[in-house]
Amino acid sequence: MTAAAPDDLALIAEGLHKSFGKVPKRIDAVADVALRVPLGQVTGLIGPDGAGKTTLMRLIAGLLTPDSGTLTVLGTDALADPLTVQASIGYMPQHFGLYEDLTVQENLNLYADLQGLPHTERTTRFQQLLHMTGLARFTDRLAGRLSGGMKQKLGLACTLVRPPKLLLLDEPTVGVDPVSRRELWAIVYQLVADEGMSVLLSTAYLDEAERCNEVILLHQGRVLGKGTPDSFTEHLEGRVYGARRPQGIRRHLQAELKTQPSVLDAIIDGDLVRVLLAEHTHPSDLPNVTWQPLKPRFEDAFVLQLRQQTTHEWLGLTTPPKKEINPNTAHTDIIAVSDLTRRFGAFIAVNAVTFSVQRGEIFGLLGANGAGKSTTFRMLCGLLPASAGTISVAGVDLRTAAAQARARIGYMSQKFALYDVLSVQQNLKFFARAYGLKSQRQAERIAWAVQEFGLKDYRDTNCDLLPLGFKQRLAMACALMHEPDILFLDEPTSGVDPIERRAFWQRINQLADQGVTIMITTHFMDEAEYCDRLVIMNQGTILAAGSPEAVRKLAQSPEHPNPNMEDAFIALISAPAATNAGETAT
Amino acid sequence: MRLWGLVRKESLQILRDPSSIAIAFLMPVVLLLIFGYGVSLNAKHIPLALVADAPDTQTAALFASFDHSVYFSPKIAPNLPTAEHWLLNRQVDAIVHVPSDFSAQLQNTANQAPVQLIVNGVNANQARLTQAYIQAAWQDWLSARAEAAGQSADQPVTLANRIWFNPELRSRNYLVPGLIAVIMTLIGALLTALVMAREWERGTLEALMVTPVHLNELLLGKLIPYFVLGMGGMALSVAMAVWLFAVPFLGSFWILILTSAIFLLTSLGMGLFISIIARNQFVASLIAIITTFLPAFMLSGFIFDIGSMPGWLQNLTYIVSARYFIVILHTLFLAGDVSSVIWPNTLAMLAIAAFFLGTSRRKIRKSLE
Repeated sequence: MTAAAPDDLALIAEGLHKSFGKVPKRIDAVADVALRVPLGQVTGLIGPDGAGKTTLMRLIAGLLTPDSGTLTVLGTDALADPLTVQASIGYMPQHFGLYEDLTVQENLNLYADLQGLPHTERTTRFQQLLHMTGLARFTDRLAGRLSGGMKQKLGLACTLVRPPKLLLLDEPTVGVDPVSRRELWAIVYQLVADEGMSVLLSTAYLDEAERCNEVILLHQGRVLGKGTPDSFTEHLEGRVYGARRPQGIRRHLQAELKTQPSVLDAIIDGDLVRVLLAEHTHPSDLPNVTWQPLKPRFEDAFVLQLRQQTTHEWLGLTTPPKKEINPNTAHTDIIAVSDLTRRFGAFIAVNAVTFSVQRGEIFGLLGANGAGKSTTFRMLCGLLPASAGTISVAGVDLRTAAAQARARIGYMSQKFALYDVLSVQQNLKFFARAYGLKSQRQAERIAWAVQEFGLKDYRDTNCDLLPLGFKQRLAMACALMHEPDILFLDEPTSGVDPIERRAFWQRINQLADQGVTIMITTHFMDEAEYCDRLVIMNQGTILAAGSPEAVRKLAQSPEHPNPNMEDAFIALISAPAATNAGETAT
Repeated sequence: MRLWGLVRKESLQILRDPSSIAIAFLMPVVLLLIFGYGVSLNAKHIPLALVADAPDTQTAALFASFDHSVYFSPKIAPNLPTAEHWLLNRQVDAIVHVPSDFSAQLQNTANQAPVQLIVNGVNANQARLTQAYIQAAWQDWLSARAEAAGQSADQPVTLANRIWFNPELRSRNYLVPGLIAVIMTLIGALLTALVMAREWERGTLEALMVTPVHLNELLLGKLIPYFVLGMGGMALSVAMAVWLFAVPFLGSFWILILTSAIFLLTSLGMGLFISIIARNQFVASLIAIITTFLPAFMLSGFIFDIGSMPGWLQNLTYIVSARYFIVILHTLFLAGDVSSVIWPNTLAMLAIAAFFLGTSRRKIRKSLE
């Protein structure tokens, strides 16, 4: 990287350090970070949840004081004079605080007042911003009644009322539907081009790294690397391949490839299994497998770096399948849902949804925040009564025998629902008891969970001190305590780093092979590829259903011969049937 | 411009969110109705059993005097066991038992005519009241009887009672002004404590802090709208007190406005202070109720007399601003503008307001730490 002169830099940080908490629970959120953000560019701050992105953003915005280090923002010492800095930057926090009981226009007015925008300039500026964000038609709508994507755009507009020189965006695209995500990126680049703004944007989506001019990779509070997106992947050229086998399940090929010593990483990517090879190795000969070279992606580089840094155990389920799948029941519907509807007052969260899931299948529910995934899920688990329609789970009608059905399902909620003040061992014991496991059987299952999920070293650690990945493991172990036939997973991989995500999916695949039916919701479009079948939901209805291949094919067009899941999602949402998708608030 | 923008924002939020309007206007109405009509420290219509072992004209005359009083609703029991049974079942609170030799003893001026009084002492306060009322009624009857016979009652000293400021001893006159202070404490503290905590919870404060907004503007932007709202609630309560409950108002209207404004500042200040410590609405409302509402209720002299509290508790009451305001309100309503009462108490409230507002200003920072 060329060392830019300080005049060309919007931000310089040296030796920045920030920790939280007292000694036994002390967490170094940002540790010895040095940064340089050039003017007039989009710089990405990339890293999984807990990497320290938000802390770093808040330090720059002057909301937190660093323990040590220096910080210069737009030529001003940010630690000595935070007010001057705050007057010249725009900061959009992760959960931008829109006043939900104010209208779009009133929110804009407030920020215009706060930023001191003269009244004479307001009309033009508001028009400009409303046009850019596509909110011009909604000025009288309460902010609380906008869709997730529109809220994010309004938040951005409020931040931009008075054009800042440096714009800080903290995870603006998280949980936002892919269409809005693309629009937000377009706006950011328009700002850089039209107004010469410098942008520092943080994101947990690794694929967004490629959209930045420069990338700073953050992990566990430290900078792992910085440079242009290409500079991260250059050295991987010729080491990434797509493997394909005409018949058989992709995830079996993936599992097989992983056992190869030369394979550093293998994930399912569309019709292929994407493989990252060790240096100076070549694709090995496997029967019926064809290989094609692929362009390395940012995620490949990140995974490789994490592998070198940390010693993640590759744990898989080692016990043989407990339940042999009876060929007669292998393809029966274990979950059948028809015309399922859930209303909350006048609002229809789920609207006449029909689908079925077969035994031993991995079934995905995809959609942006507010699409109705979680509501559907809660009805399937018997946590929420349906307004209309029928649900049968494991052959039991949920309306008449919810308790019976519940004994056969395991549920892992988005927030993991573990007891923070209990140790790992105590959590396991509690859930075992809750499922009615006694003496011998209870001890067996707890021993199994500790062994299978690699929790041995953390047995006596309180849950709130566990790293996120281990929390996820523990939550899954608890959900599997009573050997359920069906496992419900609600956004299980949110915020978990890519390595843990891989380990997680490996475990899911093995469970499916043992005959456990997996039902999963996610807003990571790439994870859809792991599912045998999936439905894409938007505003309470199913837009498409079928295998990942079939869903992707729906978006095939001459311009897009090879669409990925995100393209498919966008194509489906903007299809004629849903032309008013952006307009209707959820 | 920034301050105006914040005030306008807050006002719009108040108008669209029914809960703050409900706290400011509905709660005073409900509380005043409950306390104004439901709670009374006076005893009226005390159920009473009257037993005469040998009924005759003398006992009938005595019983009739109970019958005419508004304080009693007596009924005649055929015999003592029945009356005792009524007392046990709580059908009556007291028994007036006239023995069979009553009339005979009454004729004989040398002797004293005995009357037995049995009072249910479970509620000690009520029992004392009942006892006093019955004795008074008994006394009245004796004097009336003596006067009728053309002789003065045989009493060396007579006590001539004259009650000032609340001649009818209506407990409502005393409770309602006190209640206004309690309500205003709650409105001021709860509203501000909740709205700041709400801004923390929803993340709106984080975005505000990075704007060039000054902290004074942020605090004033909260204080002004809720001050107006609180004064509105105050006006409503005073109007109800005067017109609905017919509590006399003898003081100056302007002094009432001035002292209410200062008192409201003390509770708004406490609310702000709480909201700076507690960043979620649940904790904020708990702290607000425990540190402002309950002390205003119990330690302000509203119901429980401060003078009869143990010393350490009395010292604690000095920091309860409602204590001062209740004295001022009682004075303004029932006694008029007594400056020697009003000004020292007003100064005490000013000191408390300055303390909380000043501490809030010092504590609040443009930082998330």
